[in-house]
Amino acid sequence: MINKFFPTPEAALADVPDSATVMIGGFGNAGMPAELIDCLIAQGATNLTVVNNNAGNADAGLAALIGAGRVRKIICSFPRQTDSWHFDRLYRSGKLELELVPQGTLAERIRAAGAGVGAFFTPTAFGTQLAEGKETREIAGRGHVLEYPIYADYALIKADRADRWGNLTYRKTARNFAPVMAAAAKCTVVQVRETVELGELDPETVVTPGIFVKRVIKLP
Amino acid sequence: MKKLDRKQMAARVAQDIPEGAYVNLGIGLPTLVADYLPKGREIILHSENGVLGIGPRPPMGEEDEDLINAGKEPVTLLAGGSYFHHADSFAMIRGRHLDFCVLGAFQVSSAGDLANWHTGTPDAIPAVGGAMDLAVGARQVLVMMEHLTKDGKSKLVERCSYPLTGARCVNRVYTDLAVIDVKADGLHLVEILADISFDELQRLNGVPLKYRAAV
Repeated sequence: MINKFFPTPEAALADVPDSATVMIGGFGNAGMPAELIDCLIAQGATNLTVVNNNAGNADAGLAALIGAGRVRKIICSFPRQTDSWHFDRLYRSGKLELELVPQGTLAERIRAAGAGVGAFFTPTAFGTQLAEGKETREIAGRGHVLEYPIYADYALIKADRADRWGNLTYRKTARNFAPVMAAAAKCTVVQVRETVELGELDPETVVTPGIFVKRVIKLP
Repeated sequence: MKKLDRKQMAARVAQDIPEGAYVNLGIGLPTLVADYLPKGREIILHSENGVLGIGPRPPMGEEDEDLINAGKEPVTLLAGGSYFHHADSFAMIRGRHLDFCVLGAFQVSSAGDLANWHTGTPDAIPAVGGAMDLAVGARQVLVMMEHLTKDGKSKLVERCSYPLTGARCVNRVYTDLAVIDVKADGLHLVEILADISFDELQRLNGVPLKYRAAV
């Protein structure tokens, strides 16, 4: 019997090694898997590469992971916020590497990894600093920049409901990066508000099919 | 000189958004445009984080932390609205499905180059968000900014001194002084909004403005 439900977040994250690439869902607090991040901090893995839209707010969640010195590199689109002091401090002291990626390119590079696409050309950032050193090509009369997938070892995401096969539904804008991250990572760990029996999720409304999900933890 | 305040600027931009348009409003000043969209026009607002059909701000106490806009402010959803993931959201942007985006700016060049993401100073932490995707993706890129910097320099320039967000992407600029179109042959004055003559505007602007009095 397939059962992707895990009893605790500790069990679901026990095997995250040092130097792993970890995608973390969420846009601001919407969809951020706060309890999984807390558990990752306690678990102790370090020298991580983290993929998220931002670089943490205030002292909780991703900001706490960065503040604890566990992150070597962050790949994101918008690190600078009024309360991103942990990122600001480590970035300015040279202890944290930043790869800045336009938001749509970030989403598409993650999508490409999950979809098995080797690279893609995008008009975004053509002619700007963020395209420096990248291969370019004119397509349909417009300049495009070659971008590569972002692969990950783990994705930590938050969803609303899940069944034991790992089928997921989300709530409102908390969906954001989670479906593309779920497909891009080798091991996707999901925290959900509610678990349900097989068949209870309307198949027409499943957003992330269970094939993209390895581990599910109910955290109300 | 009497010029438009931020609310008046937002109201002026809102006038030009037509019935049926799909629109993305940037963070900050452009977000104000939502409050002035003419009643009776059905206009669908998009936000990068994955929502179409944004409604008004929720009343105090009814905010939902799972329902926010790209500025991470609480919003509501209109009947007919929808949610989608980030890659789909940027497919809407990059795939040229949005009719308009309204963005703030540090500078716009007479060729329509846009600079709005980074001052380029060595100690500045760069952050880009969705600005570069919107600049290349929206069918019409509208910029909304004060005409002059705090020390009186024109933000409409021959060549941007700040790092570019997008090259030749801006279609129209709304300032507290004027509405200006960017065309292949340079900047065209559409309308003066402040208590100011064309000659005075031209002097402040620094870049030549073309003006055809009547069509």
